[in-house]
Amino acid sequence: MEEQQSLWDFMAQQSGKLWSQTVAHIGLTCISLLIAIAVGLPLGIWIARRKKAAWLVLGIAGVLQTIPSIALLGFMIPLLGIGALPAITALFLYALLPIIRNTYTGITGVDPAITESARGMGMNPWQILTSVELPLAMPVILAGIRTATVINVGVATLAAYIAAGGLGEFIFGGIALNNTQMILAGAIPAALLAVLFDFLLSLLQKTGLKSMRKMPVLLPVLLLLLSSFYLIPYTKGHLLAGFTPEFMGREDGYLGLKSKYGLDVPTVVISDAVMYKAAFEKQLDVISGYSTDGRLKAFDLVTLHDDQHIFPPYYAAPVVRSEVLLQYPELQPVLDQLSGYINDSVMTELNYRVDYLKQAPDRVAHDFLVSKDLYQPPGKGSKGTVRLGSKIFAEQYILIQMYKELIEGNTDLKAITKTGLGGTKICFDALTNAEIDLYPEYTGTGLLAILKPRREQLAKLGGDRDRVYDYVKNEFLKQYKLQWLRPIGFNNAYALMMRRAQAQSLNIQTITDLKNYATNGSHRH
Amino acid sequence: MIIADHISKHFNGIEAVKDVSFRVGEGETMVLLGTSGCGKTTTLKMLNRLIEPTSGRIEISGKNISEEKPETLRRSIGYVSQNNGLFPHYTVAENIAVVPKLLNWQPGDIQEHTARWLEQLKLPAHFKNKYPNELSGGQQQRVTIARALIADPPVLLLDEPFGALDPVTRTSVRKDFAELPALKRKTVVLVTHDVQEALQMGDHICLMDKGSIVQQGKPGDLLLRPVNEFVHAFLGQQLDDISRIYERIRAQG
Repeated sequence: MEEQQSLWDFMAQQSGKLWSQTVAHIGLTCISLLIAIAVGLPLGIWIARRKKAAWLVLGIAGVLQTIPSIALLGFMIPLLGIGALPAITALFLYALLPIIRNTYTGITGVDPAITESARGMGMNPWQILTSVELPLAMPVILAGIRTATVINVGVATLAAYIAAGGLGEFIFGGIALNNTQMILAGAIPAALLAVLFDFLLSLLQKTGLKSMRKMPVLLPVLLLLLSSFYLIPYTKGHLLAGFTPEFMGREDGYLGLKSKYGLDVPTVVISDAVMYKAAFEKQLDVISGYSTDGRLKAFDLVTLHDDQHIFPPYYAAPVVRSEVLLQYPELQPVLDQLSGYINDSVMTELNYRVDYLKQAPDRVAHDFLVSKDLYQPPGKGSKGTVRLGSKIFAEQYILIQMYKELIEGNTDLKAITKTGLGGTKICFDALTNAEIDLYPEYTGTGLLAILKPRREQLAKLGGDRDRVYDYVKNEFLKQYKLQWLRPIGFNNAYALMMRRAQAQSLNIQTITDLKNYATNGSHRH
Repeated sequence: MIIADHISKHFNGIEAVKDVSFRVGEGETMVLLGTSGCGKTTTLKMLNRLIEPTSGRIEISGKNISEEKPETLRRSIGYVSQNNGLFPHYTVAENIAVVPKLLNWQPGDIQEHTARWLEQLKLPAHFKNKYPNELSGGQQQRVTIARALIADPPVLLLDEPFGALDPVTRTSVRKDFAELPALKRKTVVLVTHDVQEALQMGDHICLMDKGSIVQQGKPGDLLLRPVNEFVHAFLGQQLDDISRIYERIRAQG
């Protein structure tokens, strides 16, 4: 195995990307913060005057705060599409509560004797607000802005899921690729940004009551300055590609597209969860999908032929801890039962039912087993427990649900599922740490994301299905005491996809066609 | 000249002030005297429209105050509130300059007047750059008085201005206040629960109880000709000072 390069090497090598991601991260944080202040401050002042409205406004802002950030981004997509706009909107909503609440608390906390004497001297409401209430409430308001800033720096990492950039590109790419250096190259700058912003704002807060009078001017100017960093890398007129963080960092992904095909298209980073829809809605033209994805069918996309063979085979098979197979010898034949039943088009169809028709994965799995006459009613489950893990996408949910029913129907073992273990790295670590007993993995992923063999070794394997499987099987057993069982049958490889209509009108069938179209600078039809 | 004509104030059905009428002559000092909750502060705050009366009519210098813009009205009335109400984020000089700035005075004039008022209230000149929390309670109250008087308003409203001070400080601040030359030209309404203060400072006293005026008149009237047992008992609480007060009454004739 090739030794992983040091963090410093990685950051130096990727300094251009690191810099642009950091700048985008600062921009996202500051723009959303600026808007949140522009909205939250007046709203906080308003509810300090109308206490009856306060509970309602604070309640709504509080509910927004409790929505998980990734879900909030999900809600944004149908409304605002992908890119900077939904990301900034989501971040803005997150920053709102601390700012409104602290403004409210700050203003209602001003000694009424002071505001009354201001009134008694003949100040009008606006003068009282700007000369008395806001300056006196400013330390509390600033504390709210600090909270919002730190929250936003954190949540902004998720912007990478919807093509808005930021340090999340490295973090999620690293998680997907099992590349610690890449994770750290995103996570450390993000943490430093949070600390830095917090420190700067604490300096402002400490400057004392007197300078609080200048704060209402100073703060917006500062934020506006920082916001101007953010330039959205969106070029209209050409093809726009959207690739997952994982794809971006892979030799058999974006890197290979660049080196082998010489493909050069404007690219944004986006989550797999929204990528297909974005392509369907013409916000993206080329995406990096999986060849068995149900949404391929749902959104009428076509895969481009990989005429230079850069995408290695990704045959799925269960990876099991050896101890478990020894402990429960009846397990292996049961797991092998599925082999041969599912080819690419069957898997696409099953995925389509879950992803698009919104049928429950366990339902789809059950129906399939019943239709193939593989289903047995569950046994007692008294002999022991097997823990099945899955990454977070439909295909894996379906597969482990099938395995669960097969295990419980054919043995006296009980099977519990742990779905949603994120990407490859999380699943693999859970398996090697014996937190799960098996999960479905793909030969190509095992090869490139986990084993990471030398270039020569890769060349030797070529893209051959059996040689890759054998290599992965042997190495996993040797290095990790993990057993690859028989492949299920389908190949869920990477593929570039386009809308069928666009691909036809541009006459693009292969990746080479795409490359030629992109480099010849043709414009979008 | 202040005329209060049958003014009442209800808060959610509770009558805080009931049908109060009085008249304060030009240059006179009138004291609203009574226990806490008797309605004296509410009465005072109706004079500069910090509280709007439920019914009745108030006239200051011949004008019905309900027809004036509250901000304009208040800029012509000096106001000292119970807990000094200084702005903690303003220096002493900036605090004193609030009303002149509202009235768009020239900066030079403001500086000159501020310096003079600091001197008149026996505060050292370098205090102008201090913040209120760096001052003692007595010094803060002197700043509050300077702030109320700097724009030379014809009317001055004082809401227990010395109430929060210890007896020794109170006596000295009150004495310096009473000796201010500017005070002689002012029409003053003073709210207090301190009988001694009322008798010393008031040309005219309204003794209030449960929102109404029980008796009003010169200090001597209340002391020597109380209308009922309440007035007698209220003033009688201060009888240990009687000899001093008696002398003052004799001197006044």
